[in-house]
Amino acid sequence: MPQLLKDGKVIDNPWQIIEANDEADQEALPSGDILVPLSMWLNNQSVLENHSGAVGLWINGDEEIEGIAQSIVTAPVIAINFPKFVDGRGFSVARLLRDRYGFKGELRAVGQIIRDQLFFLKRCGFNAFEFDSEIDLDEGAQSLADFSDAYQVAADQPEPLFKRR
Amino acid sequence: MYRYDQYDQTIVDERVAQYRDQTQRYLAGTISEEEFLPLRLQNGLYVQRLAPMLRIAVPYGLLSSQQIRKLAHISRKYDKGYVHFTTRQNIQLNWPQLEEVPDILAELASVEMHAIQTSGNCIRNTTTDQYAGVAADEIEDPRPWCEIIRQWSTLHPEFAFLPRKFKIAVCGSEEDRAAFLLHDIGIQLVTNDQGESGFHIFVGGGLGRTPVIASSIREFLPREHLLTYLDAILRVYNRYGNRDNKYKARIKILVRAWTAEVFAERVESEWAHLKDGPATLTGDEIERMKSFFTMPDYKTVDAQALDSELQQTAGQNKAFARWLERNTRTQKQAGYRSVSLSLKPAGVAPGDVTDQQLETIADLADRFSFGELRSTHNQNVVLTDVLVCELFELWELARAAGLATPNIGTINDMICCPGGDYCSLANAKSIPVAEAIQRKFDDLDYVYDLGDLELNISGCMNACGHHHIGHIGILGVDKKGEEWYQIQIGGSASKDAALAKVLGPSLSREAVTDSIEKLLDVYVENRLEGETFLAAYKRIGIDKFKERVYAPTA
Repeated sequence: MPQLLKDGKVIDNPWQIIEANDEADQEALPSGDILVPLSMWLNNQSVLENHSGAVGLWINGDEEIEGIAQSIVTAPVIAINFPKFVDGRGFSVARLLRDRYGFKGELRAVGQIIRDQLFFLKRCGFNAFEFDSEIDLDEGAQSLADFSDAYQVAADQPEPLFKRR
Repeated sequence: MYRYDQYDQTIVDERVAQYRDQTQRYLAGTISEEEFLPLRLQNGLYVQRLAPMLRIAVPYGLLSSQQIRKLAHISRKYDKGYVHFTTRQNIQLNWPQLEEVPDILAELASVEMHAIQTSGNCIRNTTTDQYAGVAADEIEDPRPWCEIIRQWSTLHPEFAFLPRKFKIAVCGSEEDRAAFLLHDIGIQLVTNDQGESGFHIFVGGGLGRTPVIASSIREFLPREHLLTYLDAILRVYNRYGNRDNKYKARIKILVRAWTAEVFAERVESEWAHLKDGPATLTGDEIERMKSFFTMPDYKTVDAQALDSELQQTAGQNKAFARWLERNTRTQKQAGYRSVSLSLKPAGVAPGDVTDQQLETIADLADRFSFGELRSTHNQNVVLTDVLVCELFELWELARAAGLATPNIGTINDMICCPGGDYCSLANAKSIPVAEAIQRKFDDLDYVYDLGDLELNISGCMNACGHHHIGHIGILGVDKKGEEWYQIQIGGSASKDAALAKVLGPSLSREAVTDSIEKLLDVYVENRLEGETFLAAYKRIGIDKFKERVYAPTA
């Protein structure tokens, strides 16, 4: 089974990502836990309710989540896709989901992320990381702790350093 | 100046360890070229035409003598014994080895310095007035605010992968010496009708291919809201800035596409969620930051007596008098002056200094300037708080070290990018053009008679030499594989910021200096009493200049 870095540990990743498609065809969906595209999540709830496994969703970093946040924060998993690792929009969307819309489930970074972004991704609220390239996850996990403290308020630290020093 | 506590030191030390590990993984082949690129850039390392280039951060241009000595040591040990001062108050090494950069960063960390975010698509070093704290026209010292911004922007987790680079400048005085309207965010310290201090916020300024003067988006932001408001601006830009085309990715393009009004509305609605949140500044934090920028221990002196003594000395020594006039400046503290050490003697690339000169600068700072100095966006060094009665001694020492060329603010004090001699982006060389101009205009009486004149040279349209905002700007262009130069006139970096206009078709390098001379002739023939080049240009227009430069030769 493919693996995943979650809450600092390397674990099995049973979730399958369903590629972009507006219509959920119950027959065509694989069994087991799935992450469906946003449009499918929004338009096919009745079909997805009858799915055999757990259902979460994935979005792109350029998604205007303001209008749909209330309909997605109930998901057990939200994945944010990074089409390129230098496309930083997903960092802002993650913070909105955590800080503004109170998402408490698993927030997963997927796509072209790199190990050296882990500390920043974690600070923005991601707690799970699914790499599209082959990397040694145990070794990569070290980058989650590149820094022992930081100046700014973020999803992992409600108080800025200036109030704690 | 600001001093690190254990938190600041730990963050910088951990950054060195992180980059050392990244460099080792890159050299071992486990990080690809593409992935390593933004990592090294955000640690200041470019790969240039001849060798890597390392850009070291000088937060808002402030340095201690200890830091300057460390830079001298680094330039000897890891480079060729000289460094380059940039137009954003930073310092560059031109010949470091990629393998040794982690060691250089560790040396820097030992004196509370770093190269964090000096390049790459992230928030860069915040810049300000080189006369902060001593300028007579100062409303408020901008440095505490610059340090607050430095800490907020350092390793900001949300804004490390922006659409493009992002520059912030803070202006705390009546006159603008930070070119703040030519930054992605320009912050002007202001006081409102109730006497409360706050900020006038401008966005979307910048040079480069599409030069734009920043637009006002908020006339008064109370001071405690600075960071939440910056978070709001950056979040809007991070989400909506263009990521498909790097030439359309700066915030100025977004502001222009949406209009400043719409951009301001988007920021305000984002800010509504962040306002009064935990990042809101406290009075304690503001006071803590201000406590680092207290005034030095000034002596009580008879300023009038010192001044008449100074005039007497100047009367007896013409060379000293010239230097005094061009390279020193009065301060709000009576009996003290600020001194510009010129890094632009003819024959040296503008902004370059040797390790020996750095040692001298450190000694001068210790002896005359409370151990501190400032780098300027004009690529010179300023020593503030020099007692008037010690100016002559300082001048003699600076002159012996080649640091007293009396050309500050003249045509020979040009801003100049490294150009085609070093930079892989450049279309043309810029340093030889600067040198040719300095050699041509070597008659000091003539140069002084021309008065304040800003001449800026860029080797390509990326505009590192700020050619758009020079009174005279020179831009290197590529014409069928040959180096040509376009001349522009009428730019200004001050509060009446203006972008220069193109004079006409580009010229060969040989024709540049003669054309500059023709521009100056038109100015001298047409100027009114006391009128600067820029003022004369505004009054008489571009045509007279154009006609002279492009007149058919007899």
